[in-house]
Amino acid sequence: MTNTPAQNSAQLTEHEAGVPEQEVHLERVQVRKWRPAVALTSLTIVAFVLTVGFGNDESTVFRFARPNDFFLLPDLTLGVRVVGIVATGIMAVISAFAIMRTIQRQKVWGWLYIVFGALFIIDFLTWAAAGKSFSFTDLMIASVGLAVPLIFGAMGGVISERSGIVNIAIEAQLLSGAFSGALVASITGSLTAGLIGAMAAGMLVSFVLAAFAVRYLVEQVIVGVVLNVLVVGLTGFFYSTVMSENPELNSSGRLPRLPIPGLSQIPIIGPTFFSQTIIVYLMYAAVIIITIAMFNSTWGLRTRALGEHPLAADTVGIRVRRWRFWNVSLAGAIAGLGGAYFTLDQTGQFTKEMTGGLGYIALAAVIFGKWHPLKATFAALLFGFARALEQTLSAAGSQVPSELLLMLPYIITILAVTGFIGLSKAPAASGKPYAKQ
Amino acid sequence: MSNQVAQQAAVPEPPTEDAPRRDVGRELLHRLFNGTPMLSVLAVLASLVVGAILIGFTNPRVAEAAGYFFARPGDTFAALWQAVSGAYISLFQGAIFNPNRMDSVQQVLAPLSTTLYYAAPLIIAGLGVAIAFKVGLFNIGGRGQMLVGAGVAGWVGFTVPLPPVLHVAVALIAGALAGALWGGIVGLLKARTGAHEVILTIMLNYVAYLGIQYALRNPDLLRNQENNNPVSPPMMDTAILHSLPGFRVHAGILIAIAVVILYWWFIERSNLGYQFRAVGLNPDAARQAGMNVGLVTTLAMAFGGAFMGLAGGVQVAGQVTSGFTANIDAGIGFEAITVALLGRSSPWGTLVAGLLFGAMRAGGFNMQAAQQIPIDLVLVLQAFIVLFIAAPALVKTIFFYPKGARS
Amino acid sequence: MRLELRGITKRFGTFTANDSIDLTVEAGEIHCLLGENGAGKSTLMNVLYGLYRAEEGEILLDGKTRHFASPGDAMRSGIGMVHQHFMLIPVFTVAENVLLGHERRLGGIQGARKKVKELSERFGFDIDPDALVQDLAVGVQQRVEIIKALSLDAGVLVFDEPTAVLTPQETDELMEVMRQLRDEGTAIVFITHKLREVRAVADKITVIRLGKIVGTAESTASSAELASLMVGRSVSLNVEKGDAELTDNALAVKNLTVLDKVGHKVVNDVSFSVRGGEVLCVAGVQGNGQTELTETLIGLLKAENGTISLNGTELTGKSVREVLDAGVGFVPEDRKVDGLVAEFTVAENIMLDRYIGAPFVKGATIDFATRDEFAEQAKKDYDVRAQSIHSPASSLSGGNQQKVVLARELGRELDLFVASQPTRGLDVGSIEFVHKQIILTRDSGIPVIVVSTELDEVVGLADRIAVMYRGGIVGIVPADTDREDLGIMMAGELPKHLQPAAEEVEA
Repeated sequence: MTNTPAQNSAQLTEHEAGVPEQEVHLERVQVRKWRPAVALTSLTIVAFVLTVGFGNDESTVFRFARPNDFFLLPDLTLGVRVVGIVATGIMAVISAFAIMRTIQRQKVWGWLYIVFGALFIIDFLTWAAAGKSFSFTDLMIASVGLAVPLIFGAMGGVISERSGIVNIAIEAQLLSGAFSGALVASITGSLTAGLIGAMAAGMLVSFVLAAFAVRYLVEQVIVGVVLNVLVVGLTGFFYSTVMSENPELNSSGRLPRLPIPGLSQIPIIGPTFFSQTIIVYLMYAAVIIITIAMFNSTWGLRTRALGEHPLAADTVGIRVRRWRFWNVSLAGAIAGLGGAYFTLDQTGQFTKEMTGGLGYIALAAVIFGKWHPLKATFAALLFGFARALEQTLSAAGSQVPSELLLMLPYIITILAVTGFIGLSKAPAASGKPYAKQ
Repeated sequence: MSNQVAQQAAVPEPPTEDAPRRDVGRELLHRLFNGTPMLSVLAVLASLVVGAILIGFTNPRVAEAAGYFFARPGDTFAALWQAVSGAYISLFQGAIFNPNRMDSVQQVLAPLSTTLYYAAPLIIAGLGVAIAFKVGLFNIGGRGQMLVGAGVAGWVGFTVPLPPVLHVAVALIAGALAGALWGGIVGLLKARTGAHEVILTIMLNYVAYLGIQYALRNPDLLRNQENNNPVSPPMMDTAILHSLPGFRVHAGILIAIAVVILYWWFIERSNLGYQFRAVGLNPDAARQAGMNVGLVTTLAMAFGGAFMGLAGGVQVAGQVTSGFTANIDAGIGFEAITVALLGRSSPWGTLVAGLLFGAMRAGGFNMQAAQQIPIDLVLVLQAFIVLFIAAPALVKTIFFYPKGARS
Repeated sequence: MRLELRGITKRFGTFTANDSIDLTVEAGEIHCLLGENGAGKSTLMNVLYGLYRAEEGEILLDGKTRHFASPGDAMRSGIGMVHQHFMLIPVFTVAENVLLGHERRLGGIQGARKKVKELSERFGFDIDPDALVQDLAVGVQQRVEIIKALSLDAGVLVFDEPTAVLTPQETDELMEVMRQLRDEGTAIVFITHKLREVRAVADKITVIRLGKIVGTAESTASSAELASLMVGRSVSLNVEKGDAELTDNALAVKNLTVLDKVGHKVVNDVSFSVRGGEVLCVAGVQGNGQTELTETLIGLLKAENGTISLNGTELTGKSVREVLDAGVGFVPEDRKVDGLVAEFTVAENIMLDRYIGAPFVKGATIDFATRDEFAEQAKKDYDVRAQSIHSPASSLSGGNQQKVVLARELGRELDLFVASQPTRGLDVGSIEFVHKQIILTRDSGIPVIVVSTELDEVVGLADRIAVMYRGGIVGIVPADTDREDLGIMMAGELPKHLQPAAEEVEA
């Protein structure tokens, strides 16, 4: 992957001849980054082998229409062979272009990756569901549904890590939110109170994380891992004792769907995004507010400073430990709300370990989203899509092993942290305790 | 100005030992209470108190008595005492010694045998975390490494016919190698790309879990052909770690002790272990001294994975021999982290911590059966123990240490 | 604004860093706080700035007692600080860095941008408020620090060792800025250990040593007077050495170029050779590629281009292990970080780079008896003041730690010895010892390279001097070259009259 000396020496002399010495600190040579091109090329080969090599002459029917739509979109029928050849063809062109750009030491445009990804997904879907028909709209609805807790968790992760505290405890925050949401709503009979209870529980987990990480300077990864164990134990304990003895404490009921008039009737988009419960609308608000605030407000400026260089923040009078403490608490409250989605939106009651490790996928979304709220949201949507795809395809009886699809978020994250898909770099001071004399 | 080389004479550094000498008695007391063993004991005590609160809080008879607390407060305390003592006595009876069951040698030793039975994989897995800690790495990937180890050891155990003893050995070694590979990938990726091992191991846990699940659904790989459930065939008799007649404990505990001794030699005596410690304490200095930090990182994760894979092998050859599922790791991968933390990654500390947590498992099942207290309580206790251990200052606050001794 | 410190005492455990210090700085005055590294200057300023809490004493501004619980308090009261290690966030823009912590006062990001432009114009800084700090040169980053302090209308401005990272020209420009600020009525505290700078700008001088004020002086005081105040005794350490007796052993470096991660040429086409029996000193302002040069020599960094050979053996592209095995001894720049494992004992540190095979390892097991015997001998030979060879290295003083490093590196057969900043932060006795060892090594016929940013050390030890600037070697000149010429070279220019001498020495 590294450059050979020969290539570079040629480049160097050219560089030296061309550029006059200005106010630059040191002379600079653009380093070639081969990994993106390698990743694109390998994906193209995978797609080609799967969809053309193992392809067939069947077709797949994509359905879009839902009963409430303004107008009904017609079904779309795609031939596996045709799509395979066309899509992998274009993907090959994009890969070749990426290789060329890399050789010229230039960056590959971001939107090309998006085009590539879309082609890959269409190609894969057509191949995986060959000979069957499925509702694309249902797939989208399921994707968003599965992504909601991930997005809440990812927002909690982004805020916490941007302020310099590694948040492995997203899982614990989600699970405690789910538990507390069900419990409080059952006791009070108010779903709103349940939401508040969920936030409070997530925050409580954060208090412990913050207390140990900020006050006692304990290694944050350890605290996070232990908190996950602790919350699994605690909620499991209460579920098996109090809740099983008093079933009325675990019957919260579910939040009503609030379709937004007009918007909810747009084909595909309407049922996917605008026919949801209050939790999902709160999620939209959270993502928008956090994204804007992170880069355009005093809070955001200070939060980012805490994660990059806490001592610098301290020297301009920002109380590092106090800020970190409250930011982590806020992160917990947001993740806790995501936990309420399991009980108050999806099932109406708590069951043991019902978050099933989604907190770790939320963590993956934070990393794949490069600690940016909007990018992390898209990462969470992508991961939600992968899970929804698994459900849809196994329901349609596809030959693709479901485990492979479920693995996708994890494999993508591994590729992301190892630099094969855009290098993910954590905030400089994330995970480092800040001690003061 | 010329020739004044000594421009930088530094202030003598502050002496490392406190200047005012305490008298010997106080000094001894100070050491006793600030030394790690005492703090560990206090941490265990504190978490038992937390557990007692939980038991009391959820006990229906305590709640009933609390309903008329102001009329007869004694009832509440009596109920509380009964609930808590009942729970911890059954925990003790399940783990160490039960005076009500003394009809035979087997009965007397049964609780201890059960403790050792649970402790064996915990100790081995605990060392899998500890050895990575020595190099400054967090091996959160125990679950995945155990699953891969269990899968491979299991496969050898029910497909490859071999003579007794050799069969078990080959199965366990194969499991350890598989775990080493799974862990080594993490070390290699970390060394090559700088990716954080915590993220990598967490992600690989799920990849391994889903992979094993896939293999268990597939009759060509791990699934029992006579069965439609995702369960493996039973181990061949030659691949089982047999227990003594009438006891649960099997040869796994001997393997665990052997691994502890190996780990001790490696860390304290061997030159590779010396490099592990140097890299763990100061990777920059290690690199400047010519050590291959990337290689040590890779090896540390591979060795950690090997221990984990071995623990997975013990699971299939000793604990669940009638066919395993994708939950064969039984949470040991994560519990191992708490074992290593409590044992502070030292060989003997990890051994003791593994025995303690083994006892808690053994006692926890007894408690669940006898007192209807869910086994989840054990998880809570373990989590609190580690939190208290991780923050000595907190334990000192709880036990009212004088202010000066807290720093 | 008038600043007054009365009886400030700051202790760390049993160690007193500041011992009842009194200091008065008038408005419109540059007050120099002069002292050696570790004398307690920075501690005092951190107390003033609210980062540390003093045990005793009070701070007065314009006659009123103030208590600063945090830097925020100090700033609100009009104290600004230009930190030795810049307190800038690399991924933020200039304006964002200025804005941080004072969002309301500066009126948001637009206000901050305006302020940056305004101040930048006033002082002729030419700084783009929207540039990312990480893309700026070190000297420019310092100006951002100054703007940060000025944006709050500081009445007292503290400069903590501001010239350590600057070239002589940049230093002159900084002095000009300080004068301009003084003339506008700012009270300036200028912390430094460099006498020349003090004499250039100071209105008043206070000398601090071992945490105490040992004297005050006017700007007319001579360098010799100041130096003896600072060090406490008249020191004139001459390194005693005979003429170089050159041997055939040699290190040859040709056209060496090293890139950092983002492609900066940190070492740029460097060529030189060192013969056995001589000391080549590499001089220059910190951060001009010296660190990267030595790290490439021992194989820590990969060369992009060029060759390194020792006695004809190619070392280019070899691993650190192979380089060390080829007989290279190395004393790293930052011994606490790179030279020692602080938690290891002295004996364990002694074997840090000999962990395979004889003499300390048999098979795969460490031979404790042989190692401890060697360590005991080294402790005696190098006069390491440690309780025992089983004491952790962290319990040793800096000088004794360095002796452990030397004992280790000089304890094997060497063909080349490279020492980077070998005496930084050491006491006088240790410095003498280290210098003696370096000269002994040279006299045994081994090529020696010493990297130092202290001109005095360079002049004392060198047989030849190579000056580095922005990754390149400006010139290699004889040891008796005029100091002022060396200063010009450190700014990147080779004076005309030195060119023939340089060529001759290089050959």
